[in-house]
Amino acid sequence: MLEVRELSASYGAVRALREVTFTAPTGEVTAVLGANGAGKTTLLRTITGLVKAQSGGATYDGRELTRTAPELMPGLGIAHVPEGRGVITELTVEENLRLGGLGRRRGRVRAEELERVYDLFPALADRRNALAHTLSGGERQMLVLGRALMADPKVLLLDEPSLGLAPRIVAQLFELVQSLVVGHGLTVVLVEQNARSALSIAHRGVVLSLGEVVVDERADVLAGDDQLRHAYLGF
Amino acid sequence: MQQFVNTVLGGLTLGMVYAAFALALVLIWRSTRIVNFAQAPMAMVTTFIALQIIEAGHSYWLGFAAALLAGLVLGAVVERVLIRPVEGKAEINAVILTLGLFIVIHALAAVIFGNRYRSFPAAFGIRGIEVGDTTIALTGFGIFTIVAVLVVMGLLVLLFRFTDVGLRMRAAAFNQEVARLLGVRVGRMLTLGWALASLVGSLAGLLIAGGSLVHPGYMDSVVVYGFVAAVLGGLDSPGGAVVGGLLLGLSLSLVSGYVGSQLVALAALAILMVVLLLRPQGLFAQGRERRV
Repeated sequence: MLEVRELSASYGAVRALREVTFTAPTGEVTAVLGANGAGKTTLLRTITGLVKAQSGGATYDGRELTRTAPELMPGLGIAHVPEGRGVITELTVEENLRLGGLGRRRGRVRAEELERVYDLFPALADRRNALAHTLSGGERQMLVLGRALMADPKVLLLDEPSLGLAPRIVAQLFELVQSLVVGHGLTVVLVEQNARSALSIAHRGVVLSLGEVVVDERADVLAGDDQLRHAYLGF
Repeated sequence: MQQFVNTVLGGLTLGMVYAAFALALVLIWRSTRIVNFAQAPMAMVTTFIALQIIEAGHSYWLGFAAALLAGLVLGAVVERVLIRPVEGKAEINAVILTLGLFIVIHALAAVIFGNRYRSFPAAFGIRGIEVGDTTIALTGFGIFTIVAVLVVMGLLVLLFRFTDVGLRMRAAAFNQEVARLLGVRVGRMLTLGWALASLVGSLAGLLIAGGSLVHPGYMDSVVVYGFVAAVLGGLDSPGGAVVGGLLLGLSLSLVSGYVGSQLVALAALAILMVVLLLRPQGLFAQGRERRV
């Protein structure tokens, strides 16, 4: 279980997060929604220590995350998948994937994991030696997701995975995330602007506005409440 | 014909040294976006360390190995102590620091090693190889120069392509934040990058010194040629640095052999300007997206 409690962060004088509190239960998808600039990306970056927390914190199964160096996240089972730019474009597809598995000691485990990822994303297997900058937006998103899986994480923090993707690809991607949650018991925090798609696979929805949690509700309730939807989600 | 062959061979040998020096600059540029102007005096210091050891009666090879090791350590120390504090600030800060370091090392070397010319031994003969009744300009030491640079480059390629450390180093160089999230200790990788670059620079210093004279400023022109070679190849591309070094060595050797040796420095400048005008990204830079 990932617990965020009273987490605050700021960029200079600008408060980006104000005492954000919510829980992402194990084996569930928690969608974090909200307009551009609501603090969604900052939330993930503060949880993994890329942005310094001002007060409050986040724990996973009791272990403090916000004050732990980002380099230690893979070892704690936390995979933070940044927006599409997270592909290292100068490396090949396979090198990007290998990078995700560097924390695993045994070569055989790594090789098995690599094959599993290729099974999951056959498109990547076909292009394993291509430089990542030649990939399409959808392939890049598969690559960052596959790379995160190489470390066999327990928690996936996904930042706008649907950004710039065609609706059909988004649907495939979300289906895959859902199957990972069901199959591996992954805990997922899904940051999205695409609220409709996100809520379709989420168990809970947390809505941020100007850095504050304004709604924390079951996903089906949130999606079914016209007033909430109109007020915060724009669909 | 004989003169042409000799000019080309001389150019290739010299080009290999420029290539090594350019490679040292590229390794640092690629990971930290800094042109390390102190590369030349750093290599000078390690060459003097080798000379002290050799003059104390030890073998050439002990001095050689000690200089490379000293280069490794010096590079790591410079990154850790001087560059790290300005990391993440405007890049000009670090560049000015390396210029300052250039002057400081120069002055210290003059005090410690003496501001005079001293002769540096060569491991192999510096007389040309005789083929029939003519002598070609490829010396034993020249062959050693080419082989040594090729071996070091080969080892670097193996390191970067096929090892975990090499992969971590490249990830840290290309995208620090993503590398950190994947568990790469970026700081350590940058230190290691500087150490390796400094080792390669030291190798270039030793090879230029071999069979010649050294003094605290003997590497200064090489930093210019190495920089031209690196720009020629595209500052981002290690392979480009090697080709750039060879092209520059050849061109300068041809200028020196057929036009006049006093025009070499001018020719290097002319090449730099032509490259910057016609192909500022260098001959081998990959088309890369701009990062926001």
